[in-house]
Amino acid sequence: MELAKKDLLGIKELSKEEIDLILDTAIPMKDVTTRDIKKVPTLRGKALATVFYENSTRTRTSFEIAGKYLSADVVNLNVPTSSVQKGESLRDTIKNIEMMGFDVVAFRHSMSGSAHYVAKNTDMKVINAGDGANEHPTQALLDLYSIREKKGSLENLKVTIVGDILHSRVARSNIYGLTKYGCEIRVVGPATLIPPEVERLGVKSYYSLSEAVRDVDVINILRIQKERQNVGLFPSLDEYSDLYMISPEHVKLAKDDVLILHPGPMNRGVEISSEVADGINSLIVEQVQNGVAIRMALLFLMLGGI
Amino acid sequence: MKLLIKNGRVVDPENKIDEVRDVLVEDGYIIDVAANIVADDAKIIEASNHLVCPGFIDIHVHLREPGEEYKETIATGTRAAAVGGFTSVCCMPNTRPVMDTAAVANFVKERALRSGVVNVYPIGAVTKGQAGQELSEIAHLIAAGCVAISDDGEPVRKAGIMRNALEYAKMFDMPVLSHCEDTSLSENGQMSEGYYSTFYGLKGIPAAAEDVIVARDILLSKLTGGHIHICHISTKSSVELVREAKNEGVNITAEVTPHHLTLTDEIVGTYDTDTKVFPPLRSSEDVAELIKAINDGTIDCIATDHAPHHFESKDCEYDLAAFGISGLETAIPVVMSLVNNGELSIEQMVSLFTYKAAQIVGIDKGNLSIGSSADITIIDPDLEKEVEVKNFYSKGKNTPFKGQIFKGWPVLTLVNGKIIASNGEILE
Repeated sequence: MELAKKDLLGIKELSKEEIDLILDTAIPMKDVTTRDIKKVPTLRGKALATVFYENSTRTRTSFEIAGKYLSADVVNLNVPTSSVQKGESLRDTIKNIEMMGFDVVAFRHSMSGSAHYVAKNTDMKVINAGDGANEHPTQALLDLYSIREKKGSLENLKVTIVGDILHSRVARSNIYGLTKYGCEIRVVGPATLIPPEVERLGVKSYYSLSEAVRDVDVINILRIQKERQNVGLFPSLDEYSDLYMISPEHVKLAKDDVLILHPGPMNRGVEISSEVADGINSLIVEQVQNGVAIRMALLFLMLGGI
Repeated sequence: MKLLIKNGRVVDPENKIDEVRDVLVEDGYIIDVAANIVADDAKIIEASNHLVCPGFIDIHVHLREPGEEYKETIATGTRAAAVGGFTSVCCMPNTRPVMDTAAVANFVKERALRSGVVNVYPIGAVTKGQAGQELSEIAHLIAAGCVAISDDGEPVRKAGIMRNALEYAKMFDMPVLSHCEDTSLSENGQMSEGYYSTFYGLKGIPAAAEDVIVARDILLSKLTGGHIHICHISTKSSVELVREAKNEGVNITAEVTPHHLTLTDEIVGTYDTDTKVFPPLRSSEDVAELIKAINDGTIDCIATDHAPHHFESKDCEYDLAAFGISGLETAIPVVMSLVNNGELSIEQMVSLFTYKAAQIVGIDKGNLSIGSSADITIIDPDLEKEVEVKNFYSKGKNTPFKGQIFKGWPVLTLVNGKIIASNGEILE
């Protein structure tokens, strides 16, 4: 079995079987990342470009090291010091990258649909590394991997996603993935950060955090996007944390073996308390480790083939 | 010079004619409409199985000249109109400079006479510079030939200014065309707010952004008695407001675009920037209500909001793309799809594109009365053709209908008795 499409633009477009394939492929990849000698020759002669129009610590570094562990050549376009700042269009930027012979581009942009636009305008394979509020498929895949590894299966779990659902591509990609496994998904946050008709995505929405986390298997906490605080969607970070910060008392309301996820970067004391972030239920640092394995699996499936 | 259009189905709703007749044209005027006209000296146009209609009128187009000739000119825009079956267009004032003075309106009229191929009626700005602060010299604009006033593209934000505009325009029997948008609700929005904006992760524009201004303008029309015309109505709730206002006798009319009658927000998922338009494509529920409203008289006419853009303004990220659809060359076939589906009668379609549009802006057009100017649109209802943007006369190739096949196209356009367009081509 292989992936049906040239690009990975979103979880929306993947079948459950394709997700399983990626997660299964990530298992031996994770094994590679924990060896003393991590490099394998699989993608020798292939080239990956990371093109990020938006800041990132984890995702970009993770793509880079994933490519390097597989022996691909990896180049990072540093957008803030690139000709993008001279007004070069996205189409021209991508065409130039393509002409240097890259096989695949990991692409991030603050505007939804930008990865689709890039895919339409290049022969390179495109991996969406986050487009606006639309999707962040590799984050969802690493979340699913992390949950499956601990729980043994993804089927029929209860999962709560907390915070700024409206602007979150992580929430959307997780919803599209988890619904394929029959999970009961709850979203919770202030009414101004819950998108319209969200329940039609197959989730239940809540305003009360305590209600939303009761008896769940997983709590996935979203970063509160401080840069959006000024547009009046909630009154203050202080009030936000009073209502929606996950603290140990919320963890107690969930199942005993609840998993705590956060895609990073964390705002400790805003959406998550340090006790929870560093507590025994927290998977937050393992998520980062699994992210490398997931991206290796994807690069392998998209470039190496079987 | 005589022209005899033979054996066509003459559809002239204002004169309550819908039957096979001949139309005789001489020296730019219609001189007879009857069965079996004999005129040996006339050039014959065979029109059997075709619809012979009064020239279609589009009261909402952007010709971009002066100032944005890279998007469109009066020459290209009027050719697009003629090929699309339109014989008269009303052009919006958001030019550079803004059409807020008689000088600019005179320029447009002058250019239209020299380089245009259809009748062009300018629409003056409501406020100076479309800035929403001070009224333009409305009487001067009317003297220069403007048929309406509008700040289209820029909503008149202050209710007090809109009140004054309605009050003042009333003296001249002049409609105020309102682009209904509360920008504090639509800010940064990319598509209609609802399930699909959530699903595609794009910022939504709620129906209320339109509805609150429609409601405001209805109240201001009641207050002043002025004629308010709602541009490009797109939501079920706005239609309901207009319907109720009409029942109460408010001096209100409304237009709808072909794209809002046929497309929904679901198609935005391709992130094709040609689907980006203001107001945004709405839900199937809204579309159903709009179709109901063109049949029950709530909506008075169909207008394209022809908004040609340079391709670079659309060849970019969705959020950065310009709003607008190039509509003149697809309007008739797109609306014919409603006729073909049984959702609109031919007679009603012709009404919405002709005399009902003319009445809104008070021009003496839109019928085939004997003695009137021979503006005539002939449609082949059976012709099937693909929308090929490379063949567009408009500089704006931005249409979400590109590549689609439609049945029912304009095949001949006569303006003042002269054949201007034939089978998709301009006869120069």
